[in-house]
Amino acid sequence: MRFDPSEIGEVLEMVLFRELDIRAVTLSVNTVPAARPSAAELADALEEVLLPYLKRLRPAVEKVASRLGVRIVTVRLAVSPMSILLEPSGKAEAALEAARRLEELAVKYGVDMVGGFSGFIHAGVSRGDRALIEALPDVLNSTTRLAGFLNVASTYTGVNLDAVRASADVVLSLKPHAAARFAVAANAPEDVPFMPLAYHGLGLPDAVVNIAVSGPGVIEAVVRNMPDADVRTLHDAVKRAAFKITRLGELVGREVAKELGVEFGAVDLSVAPSPKVGDSVAAILEAMGLTRVGSPGTVFALALFVDAVKKGGAMATSTVGGLSGAFIPVSEDAVMSKAAAEGHITFDLLKAMAAVCNTGIDMVGIPAEAPRDAVAALIADVMALAVHLDKTLGVRLIPVPGAKPGDVYDLGGLYGQVAVIGLPHSGEVALVQRRGVAPPGIERLKKG
Amino acid sequence: MGDYVVVSVLGADRVGIVAGIASVLAKHNANIVDISQTVVKDIFSMVMIVDVSKADVDIAALRRELEEEGRRLGVMVAVHHIDVFRYMQRI
Repeated sequence: MRFDPSEIGEVLEMVLFRELDIRAVTLSVNTVPAARPSAAELADALEEVLLPYLKRLRPAVEKVASRLGVRIVTVRLAVSPMSILLEPSGKAEAALEAARRLEELAVKYGVDMVGGFSGFIHAGVSRGDRALIEALPDVLNSTTRLAGFLNVASTYTGVNLDAVRASADVVLSLKPHAAARFAVAANAPEDVPFMPLAYHGLGLPDAVVNIAVSGPGVIEAVVRNMPDADVRTLHDAVKRAAFKITRLGELVGREVAKELGVEFGAVDLSVAPSPKVGDSVAAILEAMGLTRVGSPGTVFALALFVDAVKKGGAMATSTVGGLSGAFIPVSEDAVMSKAAAEGHITFDLLKAMAAVCNTGIDMVGIPAEAPRDAVAALIADVMALAVHLDKTLGVRLIPVPGAKPGDVYDLGGLYGQVAVIGLPHSGEVALVQRRGVAPPGIERLKKG
Repeated sequence: MGDYVVVSVLGADRVGIVAGIASVLAKHNANIVDISQTVVKDIFSMVMIVDVSKADVDIAALRRELEEEGRRLGVMVAVHHIDVFRYMQRI
């Protein structure tokens, strides 16, 4: 196979100078066989199930990265929803014991994050869910690598307001570093490689490899080179770049799966940003011609971008999975974070953006003293969007003690600078104090 | 069936860049099957397609030695498997 020097040059520019890399290789493992009635037995059984995979995971990823010459930023593990493993015991202590063991194993075997401290409570709470919800604050506050979510709404069943309140309580009980590893979700897919939404779905085989790609810098460079292009030409160029980015994910996924001897699951084609300069999705929107991300035109630019990414990515892999849209975790995107700190990003804008992408409200600071009802109401808004637009959305809020709107809290690493946005309401919100599950929308009936 | 990597070299032009890189490849029995090289405004750029199927070291070790040679020559050297280009540039 021959390549034109310009073709080689283009790939080299992306990989060497535009931060094109693989955000995460996430090995997803069925841990349901580890369910046990006692805390100690559960932790031991989890280790037994996971050990054969853990021993080989990082060496396999490093071997593939080295062979291909591609940077793989993080190595992650997703386990079955912990709520299921807690059904036999129904005890929060069992979750804590399992958490301590998983954190130890993650450190020992070089796994950057473990996802799956999760429960599905969109239509009600079971015994295992209750144990998980009780344990989540301690689990997340006392660890550094574990992640989880509560799925409180779904297109099939509607929005569970009781679950919304419970999840708001969890959010407000978390320290900032722990809150970054917890989301409130709707319609969480079974094969997400991104944290904190990664878990081993019930429809999956014993183990699969899912891939998260990155590379906003590649697309920003493409867009910046086309200041005079009409929108269709611009869309086409973004689509072509997204194709190439996603293909790299497909290649890495296949190679790692082969190396590990497990099935290749899915590529999440979302172009994930990071706090580094030149790795920002918001910068792409500005390069399209927005004076400032957050100003009018933001939703239009985002919709154009997301659509192109999806169409380019869909051609690049037949195993699209996960979130596969665009998400802009506010703190994890340097341009977005700065705009938020300067007051250009509001919760209302983020909700509007959620209508055309998978962002929801992600990695935004709130005062830790914010009233529970205000947080619950904000979550309820995003859940309603997810249910009525039939899509996956999440809310990941960082409660910062004593913070005021405009303050910035540095979480460091991939999490970046968390800008605090003020919640408009205070005190009690009678609406979210109502009990029960709001019915699903008409989208549900289309499904038969 | 060959196992190909793309060796790319970029940096300020000077005597001995091609010789230095090629000698590392020859030492390890890696066969250069294609080479293109340009110098624009004193910036040297070279792309080699190299068959490593009969090489006596793996790609990681070869990359380390080539990068070391690059440092000695004051140029940047990158080594990628051809699959990266095949996946990204071909449907």
